[in-house]
Amino acid sequence: MKKKRIRFVLKTAVSLFLCSFVVLPFYMVFINSLKTRGEAARMSMALPAEWLWENYLIVIREGRLAQGFASSLCYALSSTSLGVLLSAMGAFVLSRRRTGFHNFLYYFILSGLFFPVNYVTLVRLFQWLHLTNTRLGIILVFTSAMIPFCVFTVYSFVQSVPVQMDEAAVIDGAGAVHLFFRIIFPLMKPTLITCFILQFMGVWSDFLTPLYLSSKSRLFPMTMAVYQFFGKNKSYWNYIFADIVLTCLPVVIVYLVGQRYIIGGLTTGAVKE
Amino acid sequence: MNKKKLYPMWFAALPLTLYIAFFLFPSLMGIFYSFTDWGSRTAVNGLHFVGLQNYFEIFTSHENYGQGIANTLRFTVISNIVKLVPALFLAIMLQEGLKGKGIYRTILYLPSILPFVIIGLIFRSVLNYQSGLLNAGLTAAGLGFLKQKWLSDLHVVWGSIFGVDAWRGIGYVMTIFLAGLNAIPHDYYEAAMIDGADFWQKLRYVTLPMMKGAVMINLVFGITYGLKVFDIVYVLTNGGPGHVTEVITTYSYQLYSSGRYGMSTALNTILLVITAAAGIAVVRVMSRRETEAA
Repeated sequence: MKKKRIRFVLKTAVSLFLCSFVVLPFYMVFINSLKTRGEAARMSMALPAEWLWENYLIVIREGRLAQGFASSLCYALSSTSLGVLLSAMGAFVLSRRRTGFHNFLYYFILSGLFFPVNYVTLVRLFQWLHLTNTRLGIILVFTSAMIPFCVFTVYSFVQSVPVQMDEAAVIDGAGAVHLFFRIIFPLMKPTLITCFILQFMGVWSDFLTPLYLSSKSRLFPMTMAVYQFFGKNKSYWNYIFADIVLTCLPVVIVYLVGQRYIIGGLTTGAVKE
Repeated sequence: MNKKKLYPMWFAALPLTLYIAFFLFPSLMGIFYSFTDWGSRTAVNGLHFVGLQNYFEIFTSHENYGQGIANTLRFTVISNIVKLVPALFLAIMLQEGLKGKGIYRTILYLPSILPFVIIGLIFRSVLNYQSGLLNAGLTAAGLGFLKQKWLSDLHVVWGSIFGVDAWRGIGYVMTIFLAGLNAIPHDYYEAAMIDGADFWQKLRYVTLPMMKGAVMINLVFGITYGLKVFDIVYVLTNGGPGHVTEVITTYSYQLYSSGRYGMSTALNTILLVITAAAGIAVVRVMSRRETEAA
């Protein structure tokens, strides 16, 4: 058993070493966000001479963070809710009908997992549809972009729900809408929550979509706000670090709360064989 | 049971419409516009067909767009190797015989949920030559001779990008591998042990064949991510120093910003063709797997 002990110690050492690579940058960012400008520029790991919590207040005011937070939340919540709901409906029907045509539609949607979005022509399309610099436009783009992944995830889940469920519901007199929303939808909940969390974090982190599609700073999500702030205040690392902490916080909270769903969702497909 | 009534097509029509309108249609429009001189002056001068001129310019101009395409492909290949191989061994290590592995997993996965912009900014600081954490750490460890100008030296900048990308992505890849590992029945390893298999033989004959699904998922997401990479390059180096770290998407954004929309969509269309080729290959393998399983 001695060998086992050595291996345990070795594994623990390696794991701790690797985790330190993740933790140290965060620590450095956090501790320097509380320093003065001059101190923060040295980026040292030392504790601040004076704990300047007001850095955070300054950043929230100067970096338009409240507005960015509201925009991010608006984009992430509405596009994710819409995208997950529509994908669930689509995946359910496609997975149950399964003729050649429906299979084609499924793979047609799946191909979106690969294709890049063409933002340049999207800008043009927005002009035609009068969606330029509107929240609705940005939300619709996020929604469409998540449909392939969500359909993919829900589709394989629906296959595991026995068709007998549907038959029983029909005998009880249920129609399509009733069947889906009252019977299938509750069963899908864990899968849908997974999709929701993953896509929520995806939208929150996205940078390219608002970069192309919003030229007005009132539409900027947090990612854009923080990048703009960095561009204007390149030498104020204390403020930049505070900005980083505030932008990370929401996703980190969502991650810690929804962790088990994330792992569950990533594994669909991974363990199918 | 009436399938048409019970599973109405309008359920599927809703997501399909959005998907086609805001995802597929712009790509097709892009193909059309890539053969034109579409630009910021089109409103004044009108739109003209120019045939293959944009593509011709991409492959011959001194701007080196070709290098950007090559960089994209290289990034896709190398970034995947740099993440998948260590992540596999990490997953094997973390899978058993370790206390508190849940905490390690949580921490190692954490970077992959952060916005790229944030990661880029954090590493602009960490990789800072004067006072960044990495160089300071190297000096403190007596390895000062390894200090580099991580983001401005032509010869190390790609290494830095791969490093930061791995920092972000390894936890994600590892998590998927772990799920695959957990699904392998323990008896297989016992049988292999009885046959006297060593670590590498177990890896080769039990683990890898049983993990096809996990490897596949990682490759699909890794390849599509690699081909479309933008944020991390844009925030870390913005294509520099010079144009050394330029990829298709950064060139495309630059062309868009300077009002050369036709050129920009031509580059996008090239990316579309590359991803389509990769996608078709992967979907083929996937659908073959499904028929095998049935």
